[in-house]
Amino acid sequence: MNGSLHLWLIPLLPFAGFLINGLLGRHLPKPLVTTVALLAPLAAFGVVLNAGFLNYVHVNPGFGDPSPYIETCPFGWLNVGALHIDFSFVLDQLSMVMLLVVTGVGFLIHIYSVGYMKEDEGYARYFSYLNLFLFFMTTLVLADNALLMFVGWEGVGLASYLLVGFWFQKKSAADAGKKAFVVNRIGDFGFLIGMFLLLANFGTLTFTDIAAKLTQNPGWTGGVLTVTALCLLLGATGKSAQLPLYIWLPDAMEGPTPVSALIHAATMVTAGVYMIARTHVLFDHSPFALSVVAIVGAATAFFAATIALVQNDIKRVLAYSTISQLGYMFLGCGVAAYSAAIFHLMTHAFFKALLFLAAGSVIHGLGGEQDMRKMGGLRKKMPVTFWSMTAAVLAISGFFPFAGFFSKDAILYSAFQQGSLGKALYFVGLVTAALTAFYMFRLWYLTFMGENRDPHFHPHESPWSMLGPLVILAALSICGGWIGIDRFGSFLSSVTGSTIDPATAPGGKSLDFALSGVAVLVAFIGWFVAHLFYKQKPKQPAELAAALPSGYKVLTNKYYVDEFYGATVVKPLLAFSTYVLGWVVDRAILGGAAWLLGAIATFSGAILQRWQSGNIRSYAAWLAAGAAAVLLFLVVQWPAVLANFGIHLGMMGH
Amino acid sequence: MNSLLTNEVPLSWYLLLSAILFSLGVLGFLVKRNLITVFMSIELMLNAVNLSFVTFAHQWHAVKGQIFVFFVMMVAAAEAAVGLAIIIAVFRTRATLAVDRIDLMKL
Repeated sequence: MNGSLHLWLIPLLPFAGFLINGLLGRHLPKPLVTTVALLAPLAAFGVVLNAGFLNYVHVNPGFGDPSPYIETCPFGWLNVGALHIDFSFVLDQLSMVMLLVVTGVGFLIHIYSVGYMKEDEGYARYFSYLNLFLFFMTTLVLADNALLMFVGWEGVGLASYLLVGFWFQKKSAADAGKKAFVVNRIGDFGFLIGMFLLLANFGTLTFTDIAAKLTQNPGWTGGVLTVTALCLLLGATGKSAQLPLYIWLPDAMEGPTPVSALIHAATMVTAGVYMIARTHVLFDHSPFALSVVAIVGAATAFFAATIALVQNDIKRVLAYSTISQLGYMFLGCGVAAYSAAIFHLMTHAFFKALLFLAAGSVIHGLGGEQDMRKMGGLRKKMPVTFWSMTAAVLAISGFFPFAGFFSKDAILYSAFQQGSLGKALYFVGLVTAALTAFYMFRLWYLTFMGENRDPHFHPHESPWSMLGPLVILAALSICGGWIGIDRFGSFLSSVTGSTIDPATAPGGKSLDFALSGVAVLVAFIGWFVAHLFYKQKPKQPAELAAALPSGYKVLTNKYYVDEFYGATVVKPLLAFSTYVLGWVVDRAILGGAAWLLGAIATFSGAILQRWQSGNIRSYAAWLAAGAAAVLLFLVVQWPAVLANFGIHLGMMGH
Repeated sequence: MNSLLTNEVPLSWYLLLSAILFSLGVLGFLVKRNLITVFMSIELMLNAVNLSFVTFAHQWHAVKGQIFVFFVMMVAAAEAAVGLAIIIAVFRTRATLAVDRIDLMKL
């Protein structure tokens, strides 16, 4: 191709930042820590841009150099029998888009963090973790085989754990980190089983080899492929917070807000979507698994959106909205519209990172307050935050011409084209879009409109290190979708397969326009209801809640899912561990065995101790007796003596 | 018979004497309480062994046995010097030479 693109620098630069700040950060002056922490992602972003320019723009101005560029570490990794796994990175259109999002948005969030975490004691520790996250995330994205991807996959889980529990003195934060880690283990178990199945059936973990083998056998569908795909899906639901494993994400909001923006909105949680897109050939060969993906996605989107309706913590609303939007991406994958899913992944990274950062700016301005009921009237006090948040709200609600409109529309359109199941899921997605618009504008009205509800607060606008990223992300949230799904899809087509072209599909262009119109209309309805509830008749929500107490209670308690898992999984497991493993196995069996060994030694020691009388003459007597015994043994003709007693030894016994 | 005619004491008598002396040494070592007597019993055992060395040397016309005797005597002399020194040291500190009471190694 065109020489080396130095892909290895992309993960290793943040890793260097992690090492420097992690090992020496406490002893370095703050400006130096900041410089290292910011340079690492910036340089990685530069390498990504350079690679993208060389590979896709410079060489072939028309986009779409189809062959992926692969960079392999010359030392190899695992060579066991027929199994060869290398440290190799792949740059194709898919990983290119992901890398731009990860390093680009990641860099912006690093800048934001400088302002947000300025007063924190663990400043260097925070940035070393953030750099560590980028190291693992870029490894995950660049990996060209499932095992290396799994390394990154586990690594981002670790970074997420460290950052969710960043304020570990707070019990709720430490617990949330633990919960995120444990719930993710369940998904990782699925990923691992899926990998074993891939290895057993394909003999390789390299994505391109698996795809090639599947393309050679077009008739091979279902069966073991479905099982493999479902296992991988389980992994994806863990990492991407889908039903039934979404419960860790709302709790993960205990971490610092920039972390929520970077890890729990823009990048890490989309790893599941990315993984499905990477292995999409497998899913294409299993229609059942694809339907499951679509149903899981649509169900999660709707389910999480309903919970978001009644949350009062500003970050929790955003957390449930993230789960809901990830559901859209899964729906996109499930209807085989992978490029639409990745498109939504990208625009979502822009506007959801922006939403979190703006929320962080609000929280920062109010001195740590997260309850929306106490906010209000902030539009005059924090104008920059207000306007960028507005752009993000419009984008996530799917208004034309903001970024979210294009990507959400692409997913809904693709769903509508996929038979009766697709049409049903389309309506779920449509209702979810209305709910999304409602809860986002609810947040918007409660936070920025009206008057200040709590006189204790003296809100102030955040410093420019925080506002700068907001403005850039606001611009991206507005313009990010203008590429359009057609161009985006054709750019990705060599990896994810071609998308449906509205011009030739049933219904033609007019259907596309009609569906877009319906989507915008639905978003307007959501806005209108929110306007009604929180602007014109502020008493209305309380009355509605009073009219439907049971429904309201179920929603505020998040459908009691945590309680349900607690009662069905955690409690029995805890009881089993305490009583069976703890008391029976540990104390009775293992402890008993240890005690028995000790008792035998003590008891025999107590007997043998009497031998050691300390009396020289008794020692001498034993010595003499021993010598006599040896003599007796040597001198006496034992076989003959024994024969006298009628005993014959084996050797002589003929 | 032959040995009686040549007026020579037979080999087995020497060995028997040696064994008796050795057994007496062991017996003394085991039953006597006084440390010095015990020490003398050891000397007795050494000399019993010396006797059998000399006997065999004479029997086989080999000088090695006699050389061994000198070795043993030399070691015994050195041992007597060290042993008596220890006995004096023990007596000075414990004011007794009864073996039964020198039992600090007991638990």
